Amino acid sequence: MTWMQIVFIVTAAVTLGSAVRVVSSGKMLHAALWLVAALFGVAILFAMLEAGFFAVVQVLVYIGAIAILVIFAVMLTRHVMEDTGPQVIQSWWLAAILAAMVFAGLVVLIISAGFKAQLPPIQDSQTMIVALGQALVMPDGYLLPFEVASVMLLAALVGSIYIAYQKR
Amino acid sequence: MTFISDPINFIATWLRIMLANVGASPDLTAFILSVVGGGILATGAMLWVTFLIWYERKIIGRIQDRLGPNRVGPWGIFQSFADMLKIFTKEYITPNGADRVLYNIAPVLSVASVLLIWAIIPFTVTSYGVDLNVGVLFVVAVAGLGELAIIMAGWSSNNKYALLGAFRVVAQLISYEVPMVLSLLVPVLLSGSMSLNAIVKAQNVWYIFTAPLAALIFMITSIAEVGRSPFDLVESESEIVGGFNIEYSGLKFGMFFVAEFLHAFTSALIFTVLFLGGWRGPGAEQYPILGFIYFSLKNVFSYFIFILVRGSLPRFRIDQMMDLNWKVLTPVSLGLFAVVTIVAKLVQGNPNELLRGLFLLIANGVILLTTSLVMGQFAARRRRHLDERAEGQKLRVRSQV
Amino acid sequence: MIPLSWYLIVAAGLFSIGLFGVLARKNAIAIFMGIELMLNAVMINLLAFWRYHNPGQITGPVFVVIVFAAAAGEIAVGLAIVISAYRRNATVVADEINELKG
Repeated sequence: MTWMQIVFIVTAAVTLGSAVRVVSSGKMLHAALWLVAALFGVAILFAMLEAGFFAVVQVLVYIGAIAILVIFAVMLTRHVMEDTGPQVIQSWWLAAILAAMVFAGLVVLIISAGFKAQLPPIQDSQTMIVALGQALVMPDGYLLPFEVASVMLLAALVGSIYIAYQKR
Repeated sequence: MTFISDPINFIATWLRIMLANVGASPDLTAFILSVVGGGILATGAMLWVTFLIWYERKIIGRIQDRLGPNRVGPWGIFQSFADMLKIFTKEYITPNGADRVLYNIAPVLSVASVLLIWAIIPFTVTSYGVDLNVGVLFVVAVAGLGELAIIMAGWSSNNKYALLGAFRVVAQLISYEVPMVLSLLVPVLLSGSMSLNAIVKAQNVWYIFTAPLAALIFMITSIAEVGRSPFDLVESESEIVGGFNIEYSGLKFGMFFVAEFLHAFTSALIFTVLFLGGWRGPGAEQYPILGFIYFSLKNVFSYFIFILVRGSLPRFRIDQMMDLNWKVLTPVSLGLFAVVTIVAKLVQGNPNELLRGLFLLIANGVILLTTSLVMGQFAARRRRHLDERAEGQKLRVRSQV
Repeated sequence: MIPLSWYLIVAAGLFSIGLFGVLARKNAIAIFMGIELMLNAVMINLLAFWRYHNPGQITGPVFVVIVFAAAAGEIAVGLAIVISAYRRNATVVADEINELKG
């Protein structure tokens, strides 16, 4: 058991535990904060995969913006759902069985595929970031998805402001 | 490398040799050195805050034509310790119905998120915590963690006013992140890397001279991000009874207070690193201790500007703050980024550094001039509108009499 | 050495938990949280395969960048719709928002 394996197991346990608390927590704000913990665990996993750039972007975008947006939405819709009563629907056991089947199927697939364990050599992360930036703006790279994503974000920005706008 | 010219690395090498003699593996040595270094840095930062509080109170006092603290010790330098003792001995009152875990975590997270930034700052050419190659993004990311701490504090206090205060703070903070990130992109663009070490090493001409508008926007948004005057609506006692930290007493409130001062100083540090050239100066590469001295002087200067701004400007209203952000700072920083990209590419081939800097400076000046002209037009139109309305009301009153 | 299958199993677990959250929770915002967990599981998968099979090819990270953008856009619009529906119907339980206007 090397140190990295121990760190990985602890991080995975924290992430999965927080995710379970997200979907089973009684109060919405607690669920939102457990979501923050789960996202943090995912950021640590990214850093272990030597994608440090994505670890920082995960904290910046998901925790710093999306999680705060979720918390705001929980606060703004608080009056009716005062966190009473069961938070899951009547037939939650069906959903649990389905989720367990999906998990079992995926695990069987993963183990039977027999992926190898050794790591191919990787260039240093500065080169990866430079290559990522270049790939996103090269016409024979991924310029078109980049531009489409930008237009989609603009549409989301305008659309969400229009939908949630309240005329006084 | 003697002790005089590079004390930190000297001590680090000596520790490493000692640990190797004891028989520790290289991994364990690196781990112990990181823990010791991190501990010293964090403790040093917290102790430094006591000096900062005294410095600020004296200068604000002088701006307001009074002396500032001068009773406790010569020139009042022990005033901060007296305040600390008072805060340590206050009673912790937890409000009824407060969410215990969140209530206690929030002040700790607030300070922790600021101390995280100290890990990546290059103090001299050889001593820094870690050289992240996404350092600039890291600074913005931990600002988001601080916002989370404020929401936790506001919600767990079980108090309507604290919650409202927390919302207003977070709305202000996330709004001002947008021009901050855009203005942070300008040094990244000019130096070609997001690592703070690389940005310092690339500043043969300080970026405050080649991109002064970016420095100005970064300073304004930093002051707004910290929540200091003139952007301190959210913690003003007269408005909403003190904001998100009204239910905190004793050391927990002290933690929020320390976090705010430390965040202001850390913003001054980042400003120095990005725009004033960090530890650069004559002879700083051979003798790192000189680099540290230059760095400290530049920091004191930047923090002095922060204090001057605090002492002289009146507070913004919340709608004025939001107007300033979305109608002025964001378009200007977007335009600045586009213009700097084009100009930097055009002058890229020129080997003369000063000439390149001059062109960028001219581009900045053009944008600043355009912005002031446009804003002046808007202000003139608004003043005319208000004058006409006042005229109309005077006529109506006269006709009624 | 951490085998690739460990990362994939963690991602599969996260995905199933997110799936349970989407299918079984009443509150519309809780359903969104489940969707975010699923998207994070997908990103772990992408980066793990990129690292273990071909780190020289940049397709993996580009895909992750697009997933970040798509997730941000989707949750912004989705929460705007939820808040707007809350103002009209005074409820955020997904089952009770079942009538179009008129």
